[in-house]
Amino acid sequence: MTEKALPAKVRLLPLLVLVIAVAVWYVLSLLHVFPQSVFPSPLAVAKGLGEEVSTGRLMDDLVASLFRVTTGFIIAVALGVPTGLWLGHHVRSRFALLPAINFFRSLSPLAWIPFAILWFGIGDIPAIFLIFMACFFPIVVATVSAVSSIPSIYFRVARDYRFSGLELLTKVTLPAIAPQVITSLRVTAGLAWLVVVAAEMIAGRDGLGFAIWDARNGLRMDLLVAGMIVIGVIGVVIDRILIRLTRIRSVRWGYER
Amino acid sequence: MKDNPLRIEDGAVNFGSVEVFRHLSLEIARGEFVAVVGPSGCGKTTLLNLLSGFLKPSSGRVVCSGRVRMVYQHDSLFPWQTAAQNIALGLRDLSSEAERERQLKGMLRLINLEEFAGHYPHQLSGGMRQRVELARALAGDTDILLLDEPFSSLDYLTRLRLRRELARMLEELPRTVVLVTHDIEEAAQLADRILVLSDRPARICRELHVRLSRPREATHPEVVETVHYVLAELGLEQDKENRIVTSLSQ
Repeated sequence: MTEKALPAKVRLLPLLVLVIAVAVWYVLSLLHVFPQSVFPSPLAVAKGLGEEVSTGRLMDDLVASLFRVTTGFIIAVALGVPTGLWLGHHVRSRFALLPAINFFRSLSPLAWIPFAILWFGIGDIPAIFLIFMACFFPIVVATVSAVSSIPSIYFRVARDYRFSGLELLTKVTLPAIAPQVITSLRVTAGLAWLVVVAAEMIAGRDGLGFAIWDARNGLRMDLLVAGMIVIGVIGVVIDRILIRLTRIRSVRWGYER
Repeated sequence: MKDNPLRIEDGAVNFGSVEVFRHLSLEIARGEFVAVVGPSGCGKTTLLNLLSGFLKPSSGRVVCSGRVRMVYQHDSLFPWQTAAQNIALGLRDLSSEAERERQLKGMLRLINLEEFAGHYPHQLSGGMRQRVELARALAGDTDILLLDEPFSSLDYLTRLRLRRELARMLEELPRTVVLVTHDIEEAAQLADRILVLSDRPARICRELHVRLSRPREATHPEVVETVHYVLAELGLEQDKENRIVTSLSQ
């Protein structure tokens, strides 16, 4: 059964889960299972969130984080997809480079943090660098695998109908890999969002990651939770935006059959 | 005849040590419908690849004069394009936009899929998809149509329906056709000439002419008789030499 077929009442279930979760949280905070200083109540967090919004700090941090994620992600896509296309078509280069790419893909981007700071200092650039390192390699691998799984019949047909050069790329190869590449973009965008928080905690002076680190240092657990909530919500929003790409009519075939 | 659009002169094809064809000679006349049947793996598709120029002969000569289009077994439509966009691929070479539009409408009408023009292949049934494939291959100015088991993935009734449609389409848009099939009834129902290939290395072990006009019923006595004759040639039925009808000749 697809989600669309669910009755309207059932579709309210996620909201119910949210309400229950907040209620449990509230009860736990009332019971003082943990001291209030390390287990803020929902009300305290809501107040803290309001404070962050009204001072404008939340917006500044949000913009800083989103700028880094978007920039790093776009650079990774702009370089990763062409690299994947190239490796997908050239067996020898693929054979030579794929082990190295898999090596870097398996390396946690956070391992680069010391170098990111030493090379680029503090601020936007180290974070962008880390996001790039997190996204580039998975995008390359996903694109390579998408290209090499294009049924050869499509190239045969393309030859029959005299596609060549740039047209072959834009009218056959790219549309053929689009569904798989879009799926990998969703995964890597999520990864980018995870990485930016970690990067800002260590190599930042602003951004949501820095905000929760700062809250922790100031023992403001209410602000820390508020930051966590915003990070989670934005992560979901980013995925919702990217999932729209899968609704483009000319890529639906990749998800429906 | 020099004017025959498809010719193989003493062609041979080897894949490594596997000899697919040896001393193969074949002429196909303009407008002729030739079906190629034979045991599985005997090189029927290789023959089509040879004719389309996709494969070069190891020795001998292949002449193919005219523009060739191929229809594959299944799933060769671009899934990211609608039925109409797929058919329009066949009209790419027409320079006039208006003419392309006009011919596209005509093709959609011809295959009775006007309502499905905006549908993507995965939204169409198997039979509809093969009709779109046929339309794509027949669209525009082409001369030669190579069909590689085009209906083999369809159920029997849809196959019968599509054979009739193909005959009707060829009446409107005459082409030189080579049909490779394992469906002997299909060959008997559609072809002017049936070539029976032997096991590898394949040679043409029999040529049958069917002079009945198209469209033909699958149950027409001559079609049934042709089927029998081909099956006998392939060693799958007892040869009833004395029952060969006049329309069949070697």
